[in-house]
Amino acid sequence: MTVAPPIWQQAAAALATGAAVFVALWAEPAGDAAVVHLATRPHGSGAISVLSLAAEDGHFPSIARHHPGAILMERALCDLHGLAADDTPDPRPWLDHRAAYDFKPALGPGIHQIPVGPVHAGIIEPGHFRFSVNGEAVVRLEVRLGYTHKATLGLMRGQTIEHAARLAGRISGDSTVAYAFAFARAAEQALGIAAPPRAAALRGVMAELERLANHFGDIGAICNDGGFPLMHALTAGLRERVLRLSAACFGHRLMMDIIIPGGVARDLSADNAALLRAGLPDLLAQWRRLFELYEKTASLQDRVTTTGRLDPAIARRLGCGGYVGRASGQDFDARRDAPYPPYDTARFVVPGRTGGDVDARLRIRMAELDQSAALIDNLLAALPHGALQTALPTPAGSTTGHALIEGFRGDIFAHVRLHDGVVVDAMLRDPSWFFWPALETAIAGNIVADFPLCNKSFNPSYSGCDL
Amino acid sequence: MRRTLIENLWRGRLTEPAPRITPAEPADLAAALDRVARRRLGRSLAIRAFDAGSCNGCELELIALGNPFYDLERFGLKFVASPRHADVLMITGPMTRAMHAALRLTHEAMPAPKFVIAIGDCACTGGMFAASPACLGAASQVIPVDLHIPGCPPDPVAILQGLIGFASNLSGTLNRAPVPSV
Ligand code: SF4
Repeated sequence: MTVAPPIWQQAAAALATGAAVFVALWAEPAGDAAVVHLATRPHGSGAISVLSLAAEDGHFPSIARHHPGAILMERALCDLHGLAADDTPDPRPWLDHRAAYDFKPALGPGIHQIPVGPVHAGIIEPGHFRFSVNGEAVVRLEVRLGYTHKATLGLMRGQTIEHAARLAGRISGDSTVAYAFAFARAAEQALGIAAPPRAAALRGVMAELERLANHFGDIGAICNDGGFPLMHALTAGLRERVLRLSAACFGHRLMMDIIIPGGVARDLSADNAALLRAGLPDLLAQWRRLFELYEKTASLQDRVTTTGRLDPAIARRLGCGGYVGRASGQDFDARRDAPYPPYDTARFVVPGRTGGDVDARLRIRMAELDQSAALIDNLLAALPHGALQTALPTPAGSTTGHALIEGFRGDIFAHVRLHDGVVVDAMLRDPSWFFWPALETAIAGNIVADFPLCNKSFNPSYSGCDL
Repeated sequence: MRRTLIENLWRGRLTEPAPRITPAEPADLAAALDRVARRRLGRSLAIRAFDAGSCNGCELELIALGNPFYDLERFGLKFVASPRHADVLMITGPMTRAMHAALRLTHEAMPAPKFVIAIGDCACTGGMFAASPACLGAASQVIPVDLHIPGCPPDPVAILQGLIGFASNLSGTLNRAPVPSV
């Protein structure tokens, strides 16, 4: 809906009071000018509304001024489109790395800075962390990203739906299924079609396999950062077995490009469905013994409990979804609260906790393992027969669609605008946009040595935000 | 409790035999290496992973190389934290402009002899991001690359085959996989 500045300001005020949840902020080129879009939703609901405002003379009223959770996205869109947000609390560039960067100061006796990155010690994505520390304690962390910026959204413009869908699957490789799912659903809404029931069920199976693989891998990696490599070795083995099952069933370990607009690119044979249903219980049984190990290892518990606590009030303000939000009292899961096939008819429990520490985030993910395995089993037990794809029509003129999909991290928002079958605008918003500022607040007061542990427990995507 | 756990999970090893190695590298590379370098490196390589803006898919498979199924280190191949300890710079991703300066610094920090390996379609050709104004494309556009391992992402076996073949080339034992130590 195209609005005038007063309505835009009202929407921003609703975010400030917490009446609405911030979903995304992005801009779309429109001739010589640009249109800025703001997506919001009510608490506990996936009913997304999108407001659009023409940026007059390259300016628009800042949303971040009212809602700090929008700062990073606002700075990114200003860099991408050469726009200025009026009255913004933070006019520094974000994706544009050409100029020198002023980190926020932390002043006081004995406070010094530790710069880390963009190249890190391990095999992880590049980003810069600026720690201001007092002795061992972190006084302030400021995250500086943009190192993996690939102009992915820009590359989608002017492309076919199929090409843009492949790009969507490469926004964050660990969530390639969820991104392809989100893009496909947004495109299908814009085209006025739906994927056939069999395709919807297979999408659910893949999305849950992706969740299992990432949860297994990350649980071990978090424990490893807590000084307990045994867990890492064992859950890495479980992750590997999920990836091998995925490869056997869908032809690709990460299941890239299998979800396509209109449906899925591959079928699952009855033999492979049986393979999955037989294989997963064994993995879960192994996991249960590891869970016992987690609970009974005091030295590990000592590292994870009370560490990196995210205050539920901040989680709510930022609109944190996924395991980060659900570990800090936020009860939202797009699969349940903004239901889409196949989850609209599935039964599952969404675990919740309020502790907000590393332990709480771990336990949310641990509880989700059982749910995902059960979901896969149920979906396969009642796998509908029939077509895998709905043909894509080419509606004349301009149509839009959006979707909210629960990836392993949290809800991914996708928006697409098509014109005569060509993508003219797209936005894909990773849950990590809200995890980064949450991590910055959660680390304050913790010791520097606990940063890897805290960071891994949030596990925000770099590429997913850099776009 | 821990003993039961270990017994049960490790009954039989997860680690698999070494993959079959195909010549991963033109023989002239081996010829081009001076003998001293070959002797110094033997068949062991220290690898510094460098993410030049990947989608993180390639990183997931690099990390998988360390899991018990592949157990990279039994081949004398090891990921190291500092470029100062590295023989190989392993590049993933389509070389974003924002990472270009960091790449130069990282490469400069490595002691000679040093090698560069491009992992994944993005690092090999720019992949789907070749036309991006924010990317410089293939790693070879900005740095000489000794070995390309394509794939999106390449699976761990493909990466292992490439690496072992490369290490064998360096040590002048083309086509002979190092004997794993497990
Ligand atoms: S090659 Fe594929 S998996 Fe690797 S970084 Fe590029 S898009 Fe991601």
